[in-house]
Amino acid sequence: MIDARQLTKRYGEKTAVDGLEFVVKPGTVTGFLGPNGAGKSTTMRMIVGLDAPTSGTVTVNGRHYAQHQAPLQEVGALLEAKSIHPGRSAHNHLRALALTHGIPRRRVDEVIELAGLGSVARKRAGAFSLGMGQRLGIAAALLGDPQTVMLDEPVNGLDPEGVLWIRNLLKTLAEEGRTVFVSSHLMSEMALVADHLIVVGRGRLLADTTVGELIREAGGDTVDVATQDPARLRDVLAGPGVDITGRIGSEELQVTGLTAREIGLAAAEHGIALFELSTRTVSLEEAFMDLTRDAVEYHGSTTTTGTTSGSTTVTTAGTETMTETLGRSA
Amino acid sequence: MTTLTATAEEPRTAPARPEYRVTGRRVLASEWAKLWSLRSTWITLGLGLLFLVAFGLIAASRYKSGINSGHMDRDFAASTAVSLSLFGTNFAQLALGVLGVLVTAGEYSTGMIRSTLAAVPRRLPVLWSKAAVFGLVALVVGTVGAFVAFLIGSGIVSGTPAAMDLSHAGVLRSLLGAGLYLGLVGVIGTALGALLRSVAGGISVLVATLMLIPGLISLLPSSWQDNISPCLPSNAGESMFALTHDSTTLSPGAGLLVFLCWTALALAGAAYRLTRSDV
Repeated sequence: MIDARQLTKRYGEKTAVDGLEFVVKPGTVTGFLGPNGAGKSTTMRMIVGLDAPTSGTVTVNGRHYAQHQAPLQEVGALLEAKSIHPGRSAHNHLRALALTHGIPRRRVDEVIELAGLGSVARKRAGAFSLGMGQRLGIAAALLGDPQTVMLDEPVNGLDPEGVLWIRNLLKTLAEEGRTVFVSSHLMSEMALVADHLIVVGRGRLLADTTVGELIREAGGDTVDVATQDPARLRDVLAGPGVDITGRIGSEELQVTGLTAREIGLAAAEHGIALFELSTRTVSLEEAFMDLTRDAVEYHGSTTTTGTTSGSTTVTTAGTETMTETLGRSA
Repeated sequence: MTTLTATAEEPRTAPARPEYRVTGRRVLASEWAKLWSLRSTWITLGLGLLFLVAFGLIAASRYKSGINSGHMDRDFAASTAVSLSLFGTNFAQLALGVLGVLVTAGEYSTGMIRSTLAAVPRRLPVLWSKAAVFGLVALVVGTVGAFVAFLIGSGIVSGTPAAMDLSHAGVLRSLLGAGLYLGLVGVIGTALGALLRSVAGGISVLVATLMLIPGLISLLPSSWQDNISPCLPSNAGESMFALTHDSTTLSPGAGLLVFLCWTALALAGAAYRLTRSDV
């Protein structure tokens, strides 16, 4: 379990991580999502004590990382940047790390096999491809058989087979009851492995949610309706769990909580003419983009977004969602 | 989330989890393994040993041929078997000091330091272990080199005014002093590497300290020179292995003490930076 409280990191004027507050629980894969420069890597470096927080704290299994007597047994981390000496072989690299904890040689061979490095373990790590380097980093992360596995952009540079391997590995680790914390700037990749999502933008927490909920909140189950009599249709559709928005004087309504089929049937029953009835499909990627774009707007920067009338509504909805999410997590 | 649940221990997945633990001795073992698993270590130590022995022998041979031909260089006139065979110390200290810088700064330039400090997040044991392991290795290489150079060199100059053997007063102390000096230069190298976190920066400061500053000191007024000069790292170190001492140099014991102070100062700076700055 990872527990961050008001975690903040400033580099001079720049705030890389701004009051992050989240808990990563065991038994699931938690995705750590955000655009480049959102503060993901900095947060992960603070978790393993490489960077000291400017304020706030982050603990692992109830203690600061450095206070554990066997840190590699608590958290196994793959950090974004290369963390090896290119002149040392993969085997010797892992062996040197294992020696600090009294981890037996047998375990070194085990993780080498697990990471599929058996044939190159005695070669200089400097000659490794990007993918091989990632595999070595993951082998190092698993060396101490850690309770918590934390991987920064693990699929970077991996071939399709490697990506599949990572996905299965993450799921297996979570099923074993471990805490799995994986960062990525690719929502599509996260959607396939993560159960829970922590989304950050500009160092701030944007969402702490599940994949399904994120889509729903971003308007993934909204139905666009254009009707002759919006006022009456509102009354007809109103009910518990149903949310209807629309501008005054406009024929268009956005309905959540009902399917297009249910709306169509209700309108027919009451003889209300419909001009348009369509379910809005929002991919996880779009939901993520909306969320992070809001973060940019939230900070008052000028960003150019191609706004059609449709996406304007989405943005407004998204802003509400975000405020709601922030309010809940604070 | 209450503090109660935050401090509660996680349920262990497997009850028979092995008991791993970071200890000082294990960090030492790790640093030992790291040192010897790099080719640059073998090459640089080999060079250091070669410099120490080869330059000693060349100096001894030059002296011998000077004596035989009757044209003695003035530089060589007051030489002894010890000073001739330890001629290579100047060059060996560069090789060993540079390797010391590589031991620490090399981890920063490659990114290895992130793996190292993630495994030992208390950090300071890493510095002490690196300094101890490499200091010991440099001490052994330096001592072996000094004795080999003397044993062969004294053979070459036997029968000349410079001739000496191991039983001669002060010879043993000089040779051991040279080994100790080279060991401490290795420690200073590791400290400078950890302090500056840059291979180029560490080597520059090392070379400046050991070779350039003694030259620059001659720009100072002479009354200052007399006070400062003997305490400079290079001059204090040289007193550790010089056979004879005069009013302008420190005694071997005082030289060792001053040189130890410089080493401690460099280590303290390295420890401060290591614990205070992000990686």
